[in-house]
Amino acid sequence: MTAPIIEMQQVNKWYGEFHVLRNINLNVARGERIVVCGPSGSGKSTMIRCINRLEEHQQGRIVVDGTELTNDLKNIEAIRREVGMVFQHFNLFPHLTVLENLTLGPIWVLRKPKAEAEATAMKYLERVRIPEQAKKYPGQLSGGQQQRVAIARSLCMNPKIMLFDEPTSALDPEMVKEVLDVMIQLAEEGGMTMLCVTHEMGFAKAVAHRVIFMDRGEIVEQNKPEEFFSNPQNERTRLFLSQILH
Amino acid sequence: MASVTESLPPPRSTTGPIAWVRERLFSSPLNTVLTILAVWLILMTVPPFIEWALIGANFTAATSQECRAASGACWAFIAEKHRLMLFGLYPFNEQWRPALAAVILVALIVLTCMPRFWNKTLLPIWVVGIIAVGVLMWGGVLGLQYVENTNWGGLPLTLILATVGIAFAFPFGLLLALGRRSRMPAIKTLCIMYIELIRGVPLISMLFMASVMLPLFLPEGFTIDKLLRAQIAIIMFAAAYIAEVVRGGLQAIPKGQYEGADSLGLSYWQKMGFIILPQALKVVIPPMVSLFIAVFKDTSLVVIIGIYDLMQSTKVALTDPLWRGFSIEAYVFVSAIYFIFCYSMSKYSRALEDRLATGHKR
Repeated sequence: MTAPIIEMQQVNKWYGEFHVLRNINLNVARGERIVVCGPSGSGKSTMIRCINRLEEHQQGRIVVDGTELTNDLKNIEAIRREVGMVFQHFNLFPHLTVLENLTLGPIWVLRKPKAEAEATAMKYLERVRIPEQAKKYPGQLSGGQQQRVAIARSLCMNPKIMLFDEPTSALDPEMVKEVLDVMIQLAEEGGMTMLCVTHEMGFAKAVAHRVIFMDRGEIVEQNKPEEFFSNPQNERTRLFLSQILH
Repeated sequence: MASVTESLPPPRSTTGPIAWVRERLFSSPLNTVLTILAVWLILMTVPPFIEWALIGANFTAATSQECRAASGACWAFIAEKHRLMLFGLYPFNEQWRPALAAVILVALIVLTCMPRFWNKTLLPIWVVGIIAVGVLMWGGVLGLQYVENTNWGGLPLTLILATVGIAFAFPFGLLLALGRRSRMPAIKTLCIMYIELIRGVPLISMLFMASVMLPLFLPEGFTIDKLLRAQIAIIMFAAAYIAEVVRGGLQAIPKGQYEGADSLGLSYWQKMGFIILPQALKVVIPPMVSLFIAVFKDTSLVVIIGIYDLMQSTKVALTDPLWRGFSIEAYVFVSAIYFIFCYSMSKYSRALEDRLATGHKR
């Protein structure tokens, strides 16, 4: 087996006195799709946000595609080019059109010519099924459409890894499916390493290679989805699953 | 209970002049009192002013005696003295030069305000414009007579101090605002010290310091031009306030915007230039324009170090023994000039807000 694309070794992080990540060890293989779940405040978002250094870890090692995350800005920027991120609140740029949102990174970070960046952007907008919205501003779109634009924006950077931080939590219920469909389609195309923090267990069952359960800053349990849901080992996992699956 | 589909009775008439008057002017006892008070105030002030300024005014008198006989304003004074008020001590026969310079400055500002010029052509236009203004004002080349800047004055000087002041203070203020939010403690401390120090001192005392104290610290025989010192004081002063206004805008930008930009791998300057500052500046257009208006008016404080701006040259015009006693007319005239510039800025800021609002609506 080839080297893992993400390696986290004994990662620890504190917010002041609060120990938010405790001895996280996680290896993610190339092309692997992982769903991270757990109660709120369990550190799952913090963990994936450490991977592109939106949060700083204080102890341990994180290596992404052979580059270690340190204070070195060059390393951080290099890793961020490889890692796309989709946020709970989309974080689209409201003063730019959809197309401008999608081409900003490719033009200024990847130094692509404008025409090429726009062609790529349109290709991804078709894939998330909203090419007709290219000239609009994010504020004119629905939540589900905005989140699909955000996914397209990340894909335009041609990342090796995609991080999803509760991508459907801020959406109205009727819009969750359109976003999940796009994510499932992305997963089915294969090749993309995906880490997704979500409570959408249907999505986990459909596409995940591995489900990780976190609680109080620790990885409590991880397993293949069928095993994870049918036969949870840990008491805390069982409690959590009983609460979200009803 | 009525069924949901049953139509409601039509609302009371809400159109027509009578409904408008009732609704807007007399909708409650307090509003009625306020309306009457406002009408009374207008009647007390506006007709007498029109009587003074237009009906009883003298526009053409050749001497001040003739003018004094008029019951209203003596606008002949302005006709007699407007060149001195507008251009100060600039040589009389050369005054077309500051006039043209003022026109160029206003044109530069107007161009800058037009979105279609918001591109790479703007900087060269400004460089050429400012050089043209400099050549016109100083002269000494192209057959123009050399005029020392101690002889500059009036409206062109006010425009130069304000325009150059804002043009330099704005980028400087942006950097200070970013520096104040920097993670690097040395830069942050320096910026905070600068901003707080400057904000803690009145502009007058900074102008005094620039004109009186600064030469004491400079080496013997090394002098900086008085006008330049005043200009630098204005830039330094305005920058500190601009920095604080911009900081307010930066704080209004949600953390997610920084994270969105970071996650794309944008560098610090790309993130600030493309994502954060455009949104932050949009938020602070109203206070920023207020500040620009204040800077424009504050340039009149340079009188205390003996620079003849619009206000000071007006005062000089009033000292002519042949034309004494027309200070009201003179100040109404300069006030009108100041008002035209400030009101234009204010109107433009409203238009700009409307124009830029599209992207920000959620």
